[in-house]
Amino acid sequence: MILKANLKYNICWLILMVAGFYLMNTLILVGVIDSFLENMLVTIGINIILAVGLNLVIGFAGQFSLGHAGFMAVGAYATAIIISKTPTAGAFYVSIIVGVVIAIVAALVVGIPTLRLRGDYLAIATMGAAEIIRIVINNLKITNGPSGMFNIPQFATWPVVYIMICVTTIIIVNFIHSRGGRAAMAVREDEIAAESMGINVFKWKLAAFVLGAATAAVAGSMQASYLQTIAPSNFNIMESIAILIIVVLGGVGSVTGSFVAAIILGIVDTALQNFGALRMVIYAVVLILIMIFKPSGIMGTWELSFKRLFTKKTKTEVKS
Amino acid sequence: MTTLLQQLINGLSLGSIYALLALGYTMVYGIIKLINFAHGDIYMLGAFWGYYTINFWHFNFIFALVSAMFVCAVAGVVIEYLAYRPLRHAPRITALITAIGVSYFLENIMSYLYGADTRNFPQVIKQVNYTIFGVRISNIQILILATACFLMILLQLIIKKTKMGRAMRAVSVDADAAELVGININRTISFTFALGSSMAGAAGVLIGLYYNSIDPLMGMTPGIKAFVAAVVGGIGSVPGASLGGFLIGLLETAVQSVGLSAYKDAAVYLVLIIILLVLPAGIFGKNVKEKV
Repeated sequence: MILKANLKYNICWLILMVAGFYLMNTLILVGVIDSFLENMLVTIGINIILAVGLNLVIGFAGQFSLGHAGFMAVGAYATAIIISKTPTAGAFYVSIIVGVVIAIVAALVVGIPTLRLRGDYLAIATMGAAEIIRIVINNLKITNGPSGMFNIPQFATWPVVYIMICVTTIIIVNFIHSRGGRAAMAVREDEIAAESMGINVFKWKLAAFVLGAATAAVAGSMQASYLQTIAPSNFNIMESIAILIIVVLGGVGSVTGSFVAAIILGIVDTALQNFGALRMVIYAVVLILIMIFKPSGIMGTWELSFKRLFTKKTKTEVKS
Repeated sequence: MTTLLQQLINGLSLGSIYALLALGYTMVYGIIKLINFAHGDIYMLGAFWGYYTINFWHFNFIFALVSAMFVCAVAGVVIEYLAYRPLRHAPRITALITAIGVSYFLENIMSYLYGADTRNFPQVIKQVNYTIFGVRISNIQILILATACFLMILLQLIIKKTKMGRAMRAVSVDADAAELVGININRTISFTFALGSSMAGAAGVLIGLYYNSIDPLMGMTPGIKAFVAAVVGGIGSVPGASLGGFLIGLLETAVQSVGLSAYKDAAVYLVLIIILLVLPAGIFGKNVKEKV
């Protein structure tokens, strides 16, 4: 029944996704999008996967995590190590799954003790955990230490990244709209009230955290295989903060916002490349100004929803 | 035994720098609940101010230190006024992102204006090494420890004995109630930023003298470590920040001295997580019970 009720909207989303895919593909074939722009698109895509995952943890479950880059590193290194040894497409997909599984284990190990903390304490603890992951990678032999890994075979092409964006977003949005997602949002609003309503607070916090970490690992796999070089320094605190910036800029608690902010920041970043050293200065000023004049982010908590679009239309029809 | 004492001295010198930085974090956090990510960059500004005044204006050490503290205090107040004050009532995560933006801005404007290369800090005080019971201690280490302790005691006196200090404590407990009894919140917060930033400026000049090299990105890692120190000590608590700073400094030197220097940051974060799990509000933090 529920499936049928939402069928119309789901078909709309499916059409949007397929249309987006073919639009991009045609533009690449025609040559409007050259390899430079394609690089930008893939970077934006990876950032979308990361930001949507982090938004689930921060925006929907209300847990302030600053350790997203650590889980991304796990995925990236799993893929890099596996496909460097066996460079086949099959191994690439296996490596994504391996990365996700390791990231889930890591998220459980990090999350079970630290998710008892609150607010900024949690942020600083997850940041520390992510740094520990990075330092361990930095000192292992299999990961080639601080110099990182290069000549990783490229399997993550633009279509693969696009499909991964769709898959991770669908999983996360479905989680948000499920019982678990509602429980997580209740925890965000008021932990004690949620607990008194019989919600297992810890379980849903952990579920959101683990799911966010799993998608971060997918993004890491994409990055490793697309850029073909990775180093531990790519996954430091600054990377976690960069993802956090996308989430807050788009609007904490808005998946649409994360998409919009990742796209805008990707374009701004590419456009500012001509400015050389001034680039980061301008970026910083823009960031501060957006935060001062639009503190809730570009989208606030607004979501693009076909359901609302349709119901609005029928309402106006009734009026007229 | 000698090595132990030697590492203790080194750890205390490093720790006092972290402690000075952590004080700024803890005061700002105590009063407006903001992780001031730009604090580490204020420390960088202090180091650069020391570098330029000593090199080009031929300031002596005391004068460079005091002027750096003053300049950093002004910088802190200006940053608070322009970037944080408009966001006083915004979500806290927004203010945090603004702080990160300010940090990026300071780092990159300094790189843009003065170049990103590392430079040597002028050795305004000639290094003399004393050997006491086989432990080597330089006059710079003594100077750092003495200055840091002096500043920490001064700060404690300001917070505990002066009218402004009382206002700061009042605002950090309950800003609305403090306003009701006639405390000027904005002025108090500005004063807090000034105090915290001047400590960071002093730390910047001291570290320049100690490590003899400065660059525009030097504030990033010590900034984060100092924040960890503040959290370990119990954020919002001034003695806690000092203790946390010394603790982190000692831990880092200890890990380094047993030959695991690659893991020294990991050890710091591991200790942080363990302390937070045992004492969720840090060593000196008050564990506030949530009431329904």
